Amino acid sequence: MLIKSRESWEEGEASVTPEKIYLNRRRFMKSGLMGGLAAGLAMSLPAFASDDRVLKPLNFRHTDFDPGETMTPYNAVTGYNNYYEFGTHKDDPAKNAWQLRPAPWSVKVDGMVEKKGTFGVEDLVDYAALEERIYRHRCVEAWSMVIPWVGVPLASILKKLGPESGAKYVAFETLADRKQMPGIRWPVLDWPYREGLRMDEAMNDLAFVAVGLYGKELPNQNGAPLRLVVPWKYGFKSIKSIVRIHFTDTKPKTSWNMSAPNEYGFYSNVNPEVDHPRWSQKRERRIGEFGRRKTLMFNGYGDKVASLYTGMDLRANF
Amino acid sequence: MPVTVSVPTLRRYGKPLVFVALLLPALWLAYNWWLAFQYQPNALGFNPQEASNRFTGDWTLRMLLITLAITPLSKLLKSPKPILFRRMIGLYAFFYGCLHIISYVWLDKYFAWGELWADILKRIYITVGMTAFLLLIPLAVTSTKGWVRRLKAKRWQKLHKLVYATGVLAIFHFVMMRKGFQLEPLIYGAILAGLFAARLPAAIKRRRRQAAA
Repeated sequence: MLIKSRESWEEGEASVTPEKIYLNRRRFMKSGLMGGLAAGLAMSLPAFASDDRVLKPLNFRHTDFDPGETMTPYNAVTGYNNYYEFGTHKDDPAKNAWQLRPAPWSVKVDGMVEKKGTFGVEDLVDYAALEERIYRHRCVEAWSMVIPWVGVPLASILKKLGPESGAKYVAFETLADRKQMPGIRWPVLDWPYREGLRMDEAMNDLAFVAVGLYGKELPNQNGAPLRLVVPWKYGFKSIKSIVRIHFTDTKPKTSWNMSAPNEYGFYSNVNPEVDHPRWSQKRERRIGEFGRRKTLMFNGYGDKVASLYTGMDLRANF
Repeated sequence: MPVTVSVPTLRRYGKPLVFVALLLPALWLAYNWWLAFQYQPNALGFNPQEASNRFTGDWTLRMLLITLAITPLSKLLKSPKPILFRRMIGLYAFFYGCLHIISYVWLDKYFAWGELWADILKRIYITVGMTAFLLLIPLAVTSTKGWVRRLKAKRWQKLHKLVYATGVLAIFHFVMMRKGFQLEPLIYGAILAGLFAARLPAAIKRRRRQAAA
């Protein structure tokens, strides 16, 4: 038997700082540095990124999905978020999302689909086929970003699950766990957060499921472990931290539409011609720029998606 | 509860102190914008325009609520001394309201007058907010001793009841501006309701006296 005698300077297991707390040190340092736009963007301090988990780098291939525009710096993408389950201020998700446990994670698949059941992220997302797509992201609040996502086409997941021929829509739900999400305590919205797409929209090549950004796993505040990215629609359609995929023949209820049906339609395509009742959608502020720039129809993705809506009155179907 | 500090002391030291304290948020904002324009690290975050719209709006509301708390406070203390500060804080509400509009017109919309005018006409929450601000202008103008004399105390008091309308409209503006059902504007609303409720007994008494006379 090997008897290990401990030196006086050796620490016992119990006195080792847990990784979580050790990593929280960064939050500490960050709060003092919560930098400004100009500086933050100019210097883009990567060492102070708002991730408390160790985010693993991902293997992926590059694609032609690249608008050729300046990418929004990592600290802005991960420090300025709307994720009301973690609070309604833009810096709340970065502060609070460490409470989310993205692994193990399970997604319930039900409705008009062949493969019903509960799936892990790896069952749905083929990690050997990950690709990077740089997409414009336009929030309904009239600000925008350019973000390099890593993930797989939504169609690749849906096809794997085998929707029945009668399924016309696919609906998604976000986790709603009071223990992990402090914002759930107040009913800003009717939790859980719900979103949905028409089947042909979901099958469109642009519709994407992201598991990472900037080459690494998704930080919690950006919707870990997996989220939708629908770049021709306002950001709130790109539902985060998905726990349910439901196939149906009736138009699903969506959270913002339930909250204010006159302000947020089911389609919510980016459209500079149709104003939000409370503000104009003609121009947007690209995070990092002082002035506003013109908003593009379908967020500039008209060549790929306009055909989905031929013959539809986009003013009525906003 | 007696207020032991004398009126001259309050005038000499209290007023300058309060003046500087209430100016601090504006100085903080100006300093951070100055840093932002120098491309220096600052505390305005990733969307400085949104941040300063909200910051100036919050402080306008706070100043309004403090102004409206003065009368109930002096009743509570059974002393008229808090009234010494009412005009200054009321003018601060107007001042922060001006900053709020400057932030929106200049920093946010960058003098896009067509868009601004459309906003005021079409967006109800902006119409409401603008009305709340416009109602403060006559109050700020007539805040001087000369105007109190010219209008006579009774008419002056009547005019300055407009601040109640501004308070209510400002709260509505705040509630309507947020997305979803949010708690923060409701807290401000509850404080305003509380300040109105504190005035209720006196108002009822006045009404009765008038009815008897």
